[in-house]
Amino acid sequence: MAGADVDVGTELRLGLPGGGAEAAKAAKRGYEDTIDLKLTLPTGGVQKDSGKPEPAAEKAAADPEKPPAPKAQAVGWPPVRSYRRNAMTVQSVKIKKEEEAEKEQPAATAGGNGSAFVKVSMDGAPYLRKVDLKMYNTYKDLSIALQKMFSTFSATGNEGKMVEAVNGSDVVTTYEDKDGDWMLVGDVPWEMFVASCKRLRIMKSSEAIGLAPRAKDKYKNKS
Amino acid sequence: MSTPRSSASSPDPIPHKSVTLAPSLGMRDPEEDSDSTPSRMSEDDDCSGGGGGGGWTPDLRGGGGRWAPPDQVLEIVLESVLEFLTAARDRNAASLVCRSWYRAEAQTRRELFIGNCYAVSPRRAVERFGGVRAVVLKGKPRFADFSLVPHGWGAYVSPWFAALGPAYPRLERICLKRMTVSDDELALIPRSFPLFKELSLVCCDGFSTRGLAIIAEGCRHLRVLDLTEDYFHEEENEVVDWISKFPESNTSLESLVFDCVSVPFNFEALEALVARSPALRRLRVNDHVSIEQLRCLMARAPRLTHLGTGSFRSEPGSGGTSSVSELATSFAASRSLVCLSGFLDVNAEYLPAIYPVCANLTSLNFSFASLTAEEIIPVINHCVSLRTFWVLDTVGDEGLRAVAETCSDLRELRVFPLDATEDSEGSVSDIGLQAISEGCRKLESILYFCQRMTNAAVIAMSENCPNLVVFRLCIMGRHRPDRITGEPMDEGFGAIVMNCKKLTRLSVSGLLTDKAFAYIGKYGKLIKTLSIAFAGNSDMSLQHVFEGCTRLQKLEVRDSPFGDKGLLSGMNYFYNMRFFWMNSCRLTAKGCRDVAQQMPNLVVEVMKEHPEDEGETDTVDKLYLYRSLAGPRNDAPSFVNIL
Repeated sequence: MAGADVDVGTELRLGLPGGGAEAAKAAKRGYEDTIDLKLTLPTGGVQKDSGKPEPAAEKAAADPEKPPAPKAQAVGWPPVRSYRRNAMTVQSVKIKKEEEAEKEQPAATAGGNGSAFVKVSMDGAPYLRKVDLKMYNTYKDLSIALQKMFSTFSATGNEGKMVEAVNGSDVVTTYEDKDGDWMLVGDVPWEMFVASCKRLRIMKSSEAIGLAPRAKDKYKNKS
Repeated sequence: MSTPRSSASSPDPIPHKSVTLAPSLGMRDPEEDSDSTPSRMSEDDDCSGGGGGGGWTPDLRGGGGRWAPPDQVLEIVLESVLEFLTAARDRNAASLVCRSWYRAEAQTRRELFIGNCYAVSPRRAVERFGGVRAVVLKGKPRFADFSLVPHGWGAYVSPWFAALGPAYPRLERICLKRMTVSDDELALIPRSFPLFKELSLVCCDGFSTRGLAIIAEGCRHLRVLDLTEDYFHEEENEVVDWISKFPESNTSLESLVFDCVSVPFNFEALEALVARSPALRRLRVNDHVSIEQLRCLMARAPRLTHLGTGSFRSEPGSGGTSSVSELATSFAASRSLVCLSGFLDVNAEYLPAIYPVCANLTSLNFSFASLTAEEIIPVINHCVSLRTFWVLDTVGDEGLRAVAETCSDLRELRVFPLDATEDSEGSVSDIGLQAISEGCRKLESILYFCQRMTNAAVIAMSENCPNLVVFRLCIMGRHRPDRITGEPMDEGFGAIVMNCKKLTRLSVSGLLTDKAFAYIGKYGKLIKTLSIAFAGNSDMSLQHVFEGCTRLQKLEVRDSPFGDKGLLSGMNYFYNMRFFWMNSCRLTAKGCRDVAQQMPNLVVEVMKEHPEDEGETDTVDKLYLYRSLAGPRNDAPSFVNIL
């Protein structure tokens, strides 16, 4: 890779094998929306590697069958004019405010106010889904919902495996917490999980080896 | 180009044609994506030579005014006949017949259309065309709309205004698209053009309400002031009360569009202006206009045909709150309305107020209104005459189904995403597209943003809607395959180019291999504009396009695995095109230099990814090349390197 490329590895390349020119490095652009920095592998090792300009995502993208690994947003994509984007941003802020105002009514959905939508990605699935964590009360409920959601995509088609997601058989569910750390789902009390979870990712157990220290330890060390 | 020059003859014709003298390609592209209406000719043409109006009275020049030598008569007759040619394409062809036709055409061309402001120098253009009344100028490449062109790239209007002013004192109309215009430059308009009538600015920047005030005050015969999706960066305390600056007597205003000028303004002044503008037919206001205020305006202008409704939300003022039925009476009184837009902050409860006009509406723009299917279906059910419909994807497939069931006359559909990010939910899918294709068989133009699509739905559209001229499908997630089969979207787009024989504009997306481009090259013979993003496997894709799409004029490519080989495969075709844009692919400086060296009438601009970066790199992030008679421009900023 060109030596001049010193950008952080989280700015991932798009495109198929061949090497050469850089892809859009969105993070430095004045792109108004937030940049989604998704790590390629939530292992301690990759954290160090993130300085390299050739992230694992390129290898993932090398195989046309596999969908691209999580990546930073590309500048100006989807192609919606900034005039319209700005107008929509204002609108969606208003809509969110209205939604929250409505949910403060006692007649709102059981389970309290607000919603906790998080994105869920599964390795091998062509696109992301979203779940509202507030819709569930236990890890088991969540696990069943995820299983239903991704059953069409699971390579083995074996729905039974998903139920074991929390216990980590073929797949493992991980989440990114407020600090940006990736943790295994299931370690902390449910409410604490809902409060701190920003994003979910379902990955192969083999790839989850070496995950960041289990949550209990993390919080122990902090206090 | 080897046309011999002589001091007596006009300069070489602008080469719209290929080097092999194929028929000239029209430069106008009415399917261009903009909210602006296609440019119209001024109605005040007078015959060249100062003869009488209308009709076919040859002006007898020379001598005692009663007799002219035969060849001059022929020229005069020719000029009179050429007056009737309005399309630039036809005029370009006429100008190539011979010198005499060239001269006659040059004197009678009333609208000067410059598709790329850097393709010709202003001086050269005004030297050739003597009787111009309207000028259309386009500047930045379209991808500038998506933040891909750094600020300060160019497209300044100043050299053009400097040339147009002295050359065309009778100029009546100016349309600018993607150009930078300052307030001082706007000030030149009333000064240079005392007969000025129409100003249209689309996606422009650089000016403020101060400039608008100058136009309002200075252009006493103003008929049209259309501001569409321009960029305003004014602070609220700097805003000038431009609306008060219009003449105090009755105005000639026919069209006033300022929904993008989203700063507060003097509403009383607007109301008074509307009241004294009896010819006003198009009015589009910004989101600072409430329903109550809208009613006032509608009462003053009952003959409006096009209305931009502002916020469409109640803001109780001194007059209290308007009810839905009160608003409905306002609409019922506006019997001429055919086009509704605005709804910039809509309160859906008020939507039923528009029912009285729905049956006559031919154009409806809800694309800034976040409406659900439930909210929109009752409205759409009334809109039986709709030809143009812009909407947000919040209405879902269900909403689109309702459109399909009612709007059998629909010609243009645009479905925009509320959440324009790659991993958004996306509320419409192949299901909506399929429904539209089944219900709206006369569809000619579609822009569709979604997250889930199938080849089957696209194929269905290609079969059900053979009149498609514009097909722009944006599957927002990159490289997404058919959501059911998991296959690339090659077959879908292939069917579009195969079955839609009138297709001139195509934007592709989703997972696409070289095969898709083989189809495009093989069948897309009329395609003029092609946009490619995150697609293809290899340079073969570009080669297919260049070799196959013989009418290609505008090609935009981003983030695709194409390199120098692909670029070079276009060498024989670049002179036939207006421009070629390529960013974030695999180009190297060497490849771009090769092109620049071999093609003298091509301007090859390369840009670094980060304007602040110093030094040369081997890789090229952005390439923008275009044919030009003017040579490299002298106003390029430091981050642009012209090879």
